[in-house]
Amino acid sequence: MRDVAIIGVGCTEFGELWDKSFREIFVEAGIGAIQDAGIQGGKIDALYVGNMSGGRFIEQEHIGALIADYAGLASLHIPSTRVEAACASGGLALRQGIIAVASGYHDIVIAGGAEKMTDVDVETTTDALASAADREWEGVMGATFPGLYAMIARLHMHRYGTTKEQLASVAVKNHHHGTMNPKAQFQNEITIDTVLNSVMVADPLHVFDCSPISDGASAVVLAPAEVAHKYTDTPIYVKASAQAGGTLSLHDRKDITTLDATLAAAKRAYEMAKVTPNDIDFAEVHDCFTIAEICAIEDLGFVKKGEGGKATQDGMTAIGGKIPVNTSGGLKACGHPVGATGVKQAVEITLQLRGEAGKRQVDGAEIGLTHNVGGTGGTAVVHIFGRER
Amino acid sequence: MDVGIISYGAYIPRFRIRIEEIAKVWGDDANSITEGLMVYEKSVPDTDEDTITIAVEAARHAINRAGVNPERIEAIFTGSESHPYAVKPTSTVVAEAIGATPSLTAADFQFACKAGTAAIQACLGMAGSGMIDLGLAIGSDVSQGAPGDALEYTAAAGGVAYVIGRENQVAKIESTYSYTTDTPDFWRREGMPYPEHGGRFTGEPAYFKHVTSAASTLMARLGTKPSDYNYAIFHQPNGKFPTRVAKTLGFSSEQIKPGLVVTRLGNTYSGSCMMGLAATLDIAKPGDRILMTAFGSGAGSDAFSISVTDRIEGIRSGAPSVEKLLANPIYIDYARYAKHKGKIKL
Amino acid sequence: MSVPRFWRRLKNLYNLIGTQCKKCGEYHYPPRNLCPKCRRSSLIVPYKFKGLGEVQTYTIVHSSTKDYEKHTPYILAIIKLDEGPSLTSQVICDHAQIHIGMKVKSTFRRLGEESEKGMIYYGTKFIPLEG
Repeated sequence: MRDVAIIGVGCTEFGELWDKSFREIFVEAGIGAIQDAGIQGGKIDALYVGNMSGGRFIEQEHIGALIADYAGLASLHIPSTRVEAACASGGLALRQGIIAVASGYHDIVIAGGAEKMTDVDVETTTDALASAADREWEGVMGATFPGLYAMIARLHMHRYGTTKEQLASVAVKNHHHGTMNPKAQFQNEITIDTVLNSVMVADPLHVFDCSPISDGASAVVLAPAEVAHKYTDTPIYVKASAQAGGTLSLHDRKDITTLDATLAAAKRAYEMAKVTPNDIDFAEVHDCFTIAEICAIEDLGFVKKGEGGKATQDGMTAIGGKIPVNTSGGLKACGHPVGATGVKQAVEITLQLRGEAGKRQVDGAEIGLTHNVGGTGGTAVVHIFGRER
Repeated sequence: MDVGIISYGAYIPRFRIRIEEIAKVWGDDANSITEGLMVYEKSVPDTDEDTITIAVEAARHAINRAGVNPERIEAIFTGSESHPYAVKPTSTVVAEAIGATPSLTAADFQFACKAGTAAIQACLGMAGSGMIDLGLAIGSDVSQGAPGDALEYTAAAGGVAYVIGRENQVAKIESTYSYTTDTPDFWRREGMPYPEHGGRFTGEPAYFKHVTSAASTLMARLGTKPSDYNYAIFHQPNGKFPTRVAKTLGFSSEQIKPGLVVTRLGNTYSGSCMMGLAATLDIAKPGDRILMTAFGSGAGSDAFSISVTDRIEGIRSGAPSVEKLLANPIYIDYARYAKHKGKIKL
Repeated sequence: MSVPRFWRRLKNLYNLIGTQCKKCGEYHYPPRNLCPKCRRSSLIVPYKFKGLGEVQTYTIVHSSTKDYEKHTPYILAIIKLDEGPSLTSQVICDHAQIHIGMKVKSTFRRLGEESEKGMIYYGTKFIPLEG
């Protein structure tokens, strides 16, 4: 097994990209990554792309072939694979790419993610997203995706005393980070009141507790660590790539306030990288809803279970705090084009570790972690990256 | 034939709307309405209730009340004028929901407000003759009255189910007689959301003629008179009609009192008389005799002479009484009522 | 939900019929083909739940898909049945009444419909145990 490095990254803006089609956004992200890596298209050995629902959003399956073709690579006949795990599709695609390089099967691999969610009406989008949960036993009973996370929030508040203001502080922090990310969908400051006064979606979650509907694509170029210096002065090394499954339905979860898939993936990742949660300098975690970030920082071991709300409220996870979380703006402010998110997280970690994060730079960043979740926790993917091998 | 009621169960939705609420919207005088109709409020189904869900709840109460083994039920007939499907029976959903499938026959009945009692008669024949073991007859409705029409004040929601059989009767059905003619006093055409009615024509030539004929003919055949009965129940489109027909036939207001639920419930159409009978059985004593006369527009009247056995007290607590179902209602306003009844097109 | 898919689950939805693994004794609702504990050595049989349970958590859904919009706001909950497993369902009660730990019992309600001319889906929701 070889060590793997990221030698290039690319990302489109995230938002309602009316003028850009699905094909245009992934080509933009892919070209960006290749140029950043300084490689020729002909060197690419394989493509892995995360996409949750081409079928529902753009009535298109066979996404792997589509992407390779429109990236101009059809004549090279490279293997192109679409990977799906609902909102963790991007993280999974990244992991598949890493495994391909680590195993020695391929050398230069592109791992990307793309989603075009705004070509259909909101009803269709909401229904498509609901398929991340159990259609037959949650959906049929009227469970919406925000409804499921709202139930996690309700129990978290009941058991640990987490407050609505603490939930809102996640969104406020992420929006603040978003003001420093030119690619973010939302680059405006908000306040706790903005969140609490926004329309109620599923009690206790308001509109501003929920990540938006977005278009966007991102990509990274992976290479064996031993040759990474041929392409870049700042290769970023993959120290761990771990994935874990959990129950599909929230009602089958052992503890509704804990995503045990995150616990399992994190444990494997820390073991692989030979680090502990204390060694992580900053992280991109899955904040599809504010409560999700609170559970994430608990389940990843950054704080004790139940203390995520207070920690966020106290500023622990803001830039300048003990462990900045979601410097990109997270899913909330940067946006959440489903399949692209997991890869965008890796792009953000890379920029930070290279010292290229501009206004939102975390000082002295050495080791970063990404955390990507599918559904309410049916899948979790955790990666750890570092400046040293 | 020695056949009768083995068990019974009722269901009434929790929501109510007061007559004043409806009168306010249409500019009517609430007092004269309540006095004229002798109805003060009516039941309203929840947004996720309909004739089928009500029929299932009533049937489940009937099964539970006497601990009936649902696999013994070999016929299910549901009468309604608001079956959710025009084609696909309510009775098969009930059959599945009480665990009576697959060895049974089923069909839906419609005959305005007497569809449920017609179902009872069908079960009497099948169970009494030994053709089936037990039969289940249900009257269930989420009756519609056109906005602004007089019927809107009384059209209510509710359902009642009777298990009919030979052994372990709690009330024997001594005899039944029906008086039926083609009298177009009230109808609803296919595809139309609300029924039409003949105003005052629905009185004498329809309700009163058929109810008095059925009741008096049955009593003549049996050689009984009003004083032989402890209780009487007449179809209750409002409080006035049954009160008047009782007087005409020679029944006292005490005799009809327990069964007169319409004042607090409204007219549950196919469930109407059957609800009155359930309320009466809830308090009747062994040996009591009951005359029930249903009426359905179109028109027909089914009369039943019933005698309560000493098994009645043993099953009473197995399911909620009509009084319990009427208790603790949730009052709503006209806007919410219109939303619940689907009067607002979405 | 298509007709065959709904029909296949009819009995489970109407009558709260799940499964039990006779090997380890665990109950499952929704029903399972394989016991998560025993897997290959599962001995799965159907089991009809009593319909009694307790609210583990809940939310009040204000914004939903087209099919459920006319019912909003409604209470969505995870209910732990007496026999052990938890399921997702709706609770019909006063919104001020719903709380974690509330005892509930099953009731038969309309879950939705495919369209105005399509199939109607029925199933089980829950109401408070007392009155």
